[in-house]
Amino acid sequence: MALELSIGFLPLVDAALPILAHEHGFAEEEGLNLRLVRDMSWATVLDRLLYGHTDAAHMVAPLAIATTLGRGRPAQPLAVPFVLGLNGNAITFRPELAQQLTQPGKLGDPALAGRRLAEIVRGSARKLRFGVVHRYSSHNYMMRYWLAASGIRPDEDVEITTVAPPYCADALEAGEVDAICVGEPWNSVAVERGAGQIVLATAQIWRRGVEKVLALRQPVLEEKREATEALIRALVRAGRHFVDPANWEANAAILSRPAYIDGDPALIQRAIADRLLLQKGGDVVHFADFMFQYREAANFPWVSQAEWLYTQMVRWDGMAYSDQDAEKAARVFRPDVYRGALLGTAEPLPGASSKVEGSLVQRTAVTAQQGAMVMEDNRFFDGVPFDPADLAGYLSRLP
Amino acid sequence: MRIAIIDESATRAAVIHEGLAELDDCEIFVVTERRGLVARIGEIAPDIVLMDLGNPSRDVLEEYFAFSRALDRPIAMFVDESDDEAIAASIDAGVSSYVVDGLAPHRIRPILDLAVRRFNAFSRLQSDLAEAKGKLAERDAVDKAKRILMDSRGMPEPQAYAELRKAAMNQGRRIADIAEAVITAHQLMGGR
Repeated sequence: MALELSIGFLPLVDAALPILAHEHGFAEEEGLNLRLVRDMSWATVLDRLLYGHTDAAHMVAPLAIATTLGRGRPAQPLAVPFVLGLNGNAITFRPELAQQLTQPGKLGDPALAGRRLAEIVRGSARKLRFGVVHRYSSHNYMMRYWLAASGIRPDEDVEITTVAPPYCADALEAGEVDAICVGEPWNSVAVERGAGQIVLATAQIWRRGVEKVLALRQPVLEEKREATEALIRALVRAGRHFVDPANWEANAAILSRPAYIDGDPALIQRAIADRLLLQKGGDVVHFADFMFQYREAANFPWVSQAEWLYTQMVRWDGMAYSDQDAEKAARVFRPDVYRGALLGTAEPLPGASSKVEGSLVQRTAVTAQQGAMVMEDNRFFDGVPFDPADLAGYLSRLP
Repeated sequence: MRIAIIDESATRAAVIHEGLAELDDCEIFVVTERRGLVARIGEIAPDIVLMDLGNPSRDVLEEYFAFSRALDRPIAMFVDESDDEAIAASIDAGVSSYVVDGLAPHRIRPILDLAVRRFNAFSRLQSDLAEAKGKLAERDAVDKAKRILMDSRGMPEPQAYAELRKAAMNQGRRIADIAEAVITAHQLMGGR
């Protein structure tokens, strides 16, 4: 009998891997039938996951940890055996602000744009408002990381509010927010409408920042371990397919369908190809690794990533650091399941399950459990590395 | 009791409203406009908020309920977190509910049950509508197929219909499917 899994997702380019695993038959070849369930808010994606409408979900990484720790609703342990991708978001400002932060036609320099923004914030008669897609999103944490490192206190000097991705362009246009941090295609939609100008890619804030994950309820993962492992293998194949330029046009066409993103295939293809139109009427620029869905074991659920997310939750969510919570958060990411699914395949597997994040300046060969692995620049823009061996120390050094 | 219904579909909101109107001592507010949603909820100061699961603004509203100090009474998701059956029923129906903490469950439960029933009734209305549309389309197809047979084989209408029905019975298929096949074949043969 074929294995079956249902997966909830939001219409975003980084929901690509489950969609492509289904559409290209990679799941089927692993003996797995997928059913994809499209929703319009993370709240509903999470409700369906928690109440058994779906087995797994495309999810903003911090939400998986917040759910496990019982932030906002009763705690339910989630498990993340696969990272659906790194980065792929951007920060888009109202055009008149953007022009003060960066040169026309170029992405900003995060340190310089941050200093300029701090001056604007200090000189502004009103509080600037920034929109992020969810309180427990990497968008929120990336935005806050950048602001704080630039001398702006996110909760005092500015206001950070939640805006649903499909409404980001509207909110900019209506002046409800001064900037948004959102995934594609929504920055591009704002640019095409002349409502915004892209100033930064989140990859400039943290070159290898964890973004969406595949989350399951922990008991469901145990119960459907075989199906989950089949899914991981299918997702890896989808990742390989996604990054191959030969497939970009066809994949953008699939993702653009009404059942998936329901958007303009040209904008979707741009994001897949790491290309961005920064402002209306300008030229498309290429930013390498804007989205990072496959290489360097991008899909490996590094325990250190979960721990970094936990430190940011402590920082911004009004919770005290505790070793017990840190341990619970760390256990959400499940490299053991990822390894189990891919052991004996041609896929490289890293030797370690945790690493010092943001410590690599250049291409570096790392030890591997199988295959050969090279990792590249993975720094934070302020150069501060994250050592998972000392979470409290890291927190004490942050502004 | 003040109940806010947030729904971008004005039709569905009306169906829910109508259902809840039969309750005593309930004041009902319908919000279909997304702009200024949070401010509007602040003004209404509801005891219960009902919102469809497909609404993209759910994350915005949850953030507001969980963290904003604008509403001085805390709002929790669902009436009683231990009541999994009620939650599952509302998710099946496609409605989420947020309730001010401390309201007596016996006052809330009938409202939520009613909301679930109205959501389900609306879904049924929609599927009935889709079915009715489908039936109309089928009747069109049968009429078209009859005309093709009447024109190309010089049959009177009753005979054309009898031919379609006979083919359907012989092949164990629906008459509408046979009609579609006739139309497709006719188009392939150069007819219009």
